[in-house]
Amino acid sequence: MKLVICSGPPTSGKTTVLRHVIKKLKSKGERPVFVKTDVQFACEDELFAQELSIPVKKVYSGELCPDHCNVMVLGDAVEWARKAKATVLMIETAGLCLRCSPYVEGAFGMVVLEATSGMNLPRKIGPMLSLADMAIVTKIDLVSQAEKEVFRARILEACPGMQVIESDALHGIGIEPIVKMIYNSSDIQGPLYLRGNPPLGTCTICVGKKEVGWKQHFGVVRPLDHQVFYRGE
Amino acid sequence: MGQVISIVGATGSGKTTLIKDIELLARENTPSRRTVTLNGIVPSEEHCLLPSDRLIALITQHTNFLSDMRVKDFLATHAAIRSCGREGLVVDETLAFANQLTGEPIDTANAMTELSGGQTRALMIADAVVIGESPVILLDEIENAGIHRTKVLELLKQYKKIFIFVTHDPRITLLSDFRIVMKNGAMQKVIVTNGEEKKVVEQVKKIDDLLLRLRAYIRNGEIITESHLKE
Repeated sequence: MKLVICSGPPTSGKTTVLRHVIKKLKSKGERPVFVKTDVQFACEDELFAQELSIPVKKVYSGELCPDHCNVMVLGDAVEWARKAKATVLMIETAGLCLRCSPYVEGAFGMVVLEATSGMNLPRKIGPMLSLADMAIVTKIDLVSQAEKEVFRARILEACPGMQVIESDALHGIGIEPIVKMIYNSSDIQGPLYLRGNPPLGTCTICVGKKEVGWKQHFGVVRPLDHQVFYRGE
Repeated sequence: MGQVISIVGATGSGKTTLIKDIELLARENTPSRRTVTLNGIVPSEEHCLLPSDRLIALITQHTNFLSDMRVKDFLATHAAIRSCGREGLVVDETLAFANQLTGEPIDTANAMTELSGGQTRALMIADAVVIGESPVILLDEIENAGIHRTKVLELLKQYKKIFIFVTHDPRITLLSDFRIVMKNGAMQKVIVTNGEEKKVVEQVKKIDDLLLRLRAYIRNGEIITESHLKE
């Protein structure tokens, strides 16, 4: 079974891209299943179940950081997909945290970015882009040829050698190369490991400390005009 | 050797779909299932993937600049990516080209998003021609974009490229080498601009110029009289 992890900022077009990818996979006789992780609302699962009649699952991360949540549930999701006799497990994540990245060793990682989101986006999103196997640029029909080229160059500057695909996903254009890459990726096996290093330290805010200012916190802290340092035992 | 081609037809006849297919070098992978060949050959997938290799720039009424980079920075960035080696010169040439097409010259310290509709279209055309060096340029109904049409045709012919206009404009159509007539989503016929039509071009130009002058009078707040229709 192949594992595809798709991330990207909200409204970048992940679902639209995946819908076409799943259709293509199905037409080639594959059995894709779909898991959507989001913070508090998602309807893609119902949409895919109805329109594409494939097994789907939805996970709300709620109080948990969505990337953390994704790591927690992925093991069970793989088991669920194997039971459903899937050949491809597709995970769509909210991908909200730009320090972490959801990609897993041995799985296919793709990030969906919209061409309309500004020329600096590729410089801002760190491992979500740099640890992916492929970057898909959507909404290309809305920007000039020149901006498409600059956007692509910025992606390659952040991540030399990245496979970049421009896609007009609404019309199903630029989908074939994605499907091809999924086909060429290997089947997952054994224990799964995150591709990137998790960020440094534990977040005191995550565990419930609400006071503002670094003096109220411990672990890895950061004053305004200094680098991060470790405070505590 | 350059060429100017027009695509004409009623609204909904498939003009825009045709040029989108041309832009993407469709290989039965667009909604129309059309295939576009280059000199009779279906281009390779790799060829279609790299935008700077794609040979074709599409400029429509809906293509906008969305970057808030300053005009000069953006042009310099694009020129550097195209690594033409003569970045500064190319940027100046692009601006000179664009300024011939618009009413008000472009302020290069402005953000791209601050340009007017006409300036935006003019700069896109100039960028595609000069920096992008695209051999094929597709222009979708730019006559409504507030740029100087005759000047566009004149300038474009100097650059020896293939220009494909989707247009309802008689002047652009009659100044084209040939036109494709679309109907029900397909090409219905191809009409080469022959001697007969070339003869009426001058008259059409006069009518068109008259309308342009009337537009200018109205813009200036003048009251239109019969004397405005003469000259």
